[in-house]
Amino acid sequence: MDPIEFRLPHTIQRPKATPNHGPRTHTTRPIVTGTSVIAFKYKDGIMMAADCLASYGSLARFRNEKRLMSVGETTLLGVSGDMSDFQHMQHTLESLLTQEYDMDDGQKLGTKSVYKCISNIMYNRRTKGDPLWNAYVIGGLDNGQKMLGFVDLYGTTYQSATIATGFGGHLAQPILRRRVEGREDELSEEEAVQILDECMRVLFYRDARSLNKLRRAKVTAQGVEISEPYMLETNWSFAESITGYGS
Amino acid sequence: MMDFAPMHSAPAEVPVEHHSHGGWDPYVDNGGTSLAIAGKDFVIVASDARQSDGYSINSRYDPKAFTLSNQTVLATTGYAADAKRLVEVLEQNAQTYFHKHEKQMSAPAMAQMLSNTLYYKRFFPYYVFPILCGLDKEGKGAVFAYDPVGNMERVVYQAYGSASALVQPFLDNQVAGANQRGHEGGLLDRETARKIAIDAFTGATERDIYTGDWLDIFVIDQTGIHREKRELKHD
Repeated sequence: MDPIEFRLPHTIQRPKATPNHGPRTHTTRPIVTGTSVIAFKYKDGIMMAADCLASYGSLARFRNEKRLMSVGETTLLGVSGDMSDFQHMQHTLESLLTQEYDMDDGQKLGTKSVYKCISNIMYNRRTKGDPLWNAYVIGGLDNGQKMLGFVDLYGTTYQSATIATGFGGHLAQPILRRRVEGREDELSEEEAVQILDECMRVLFYRDARSLNKLRRAKVTAQGVEISEPYMLETNWSFAESITGYGS
Repeated sequence: MMDFAPMHSAPAEVPVEHHSHGGWDPYVDNGGTSLAIAGKDFVIVASDARQSDGYSINSRYDPKAFTLSNQTVLATTGYAADAKRLVEVLEQNAQTYFHKHEKQMSAPAMAQMLSNTLYYKRFFPYYVFPILCGLDKEGKGAVFAYDPVGNMERVVYQAYGSASALVQPFLDNQVAGANQRGHEGGLLDRETARKIAIDAFTGATERDIYTGDWLDIFVIDQTGIHREKRELKHD
């Protein structure tokens, strides 16, 4: 018997196969992106901040995006770069946490293990020539020991008392180096919050892909705490005096 | 009649702000400098600990010299991610060797393995310039220098990395005594070698923006590996 052929109304188009002229391609650029993440060590643990914007080119596309997440009980993860690649990483980490839970062996996934896991994923993807277009900041407490690390789409890793991704590396890192470096065991939480807000304010003033709606987060002996979005006080009165090209 | 090229449905254009033309380059140069000097019965290895990316300093302390066994030290420069992976591969293979043969790998054995490991990735190389140091069978200081694809040479001294063009001629002069009338030749004693290594780095830090922050020094001799951490300029 002949197979039944469905005739579609002429207004409905059959999906055409996507033409592929040339070799298999991978991600060559980020599409929906998050900007800087800043983080540093202070007396009680790790502080981190990121704004709530996910840009589509220069369009402020998603204005309520969460770019800070916890991984297990003692680890905080901040992300900048492509948001869909981040969501892929989120899924991977959630599966990992589920596996760990199912083990039911009383072991907890520590910050160093999470850091190593993310680093390996990033390095393997760059080696495949199919990178996850992100820079990750991983902070936490590993049996009382403060840990703050970075990994990017090249699989480049490093640990430092202060870390800032993207524009933050140029605008916030100098402030952090001056105010935090060498004082990471004495900085109070109040001062840490003040430094964090100062850095985020500078970034909001000068980074055109940032938003004045941000979250901050901390990891202490009490665990991970991610704030609700909040706004920073800004002062634009100087703008009136600017004529021509400014300054 | 005009001739039109056939029209294809192009991939969706999106308003990104990243303009690259040559495609994605999977390598980064993270800067930094490493050197090694062999002596009669010791080797000295020194690496700065700054990690950079372009004009930014990523970290002031990200060590790039690693102890592979209680006999050998590997000093690297180049692409930090590849260097760290290379060290993991070497450590795993050294571990396997240890369980197979019930002894630690000697420096010359490790040296050959490193060459093979690098050449294995001949067509997608580890972008790393390694210097492997240890003692040979006779207990003499041994320095093995490589290129990223595994060419290997045993030398008396070597400088690699962002300040190699500054440090290598300095070592030619101070260690080999090149072009110096009346130079006695021969290998340096331990304290002189250490001082020259430190001077090489204080000098390199002065002129090379990618070298600085901290200096890791390892002295390998019959008794084991002796480690020292010194401060370099943080600017």
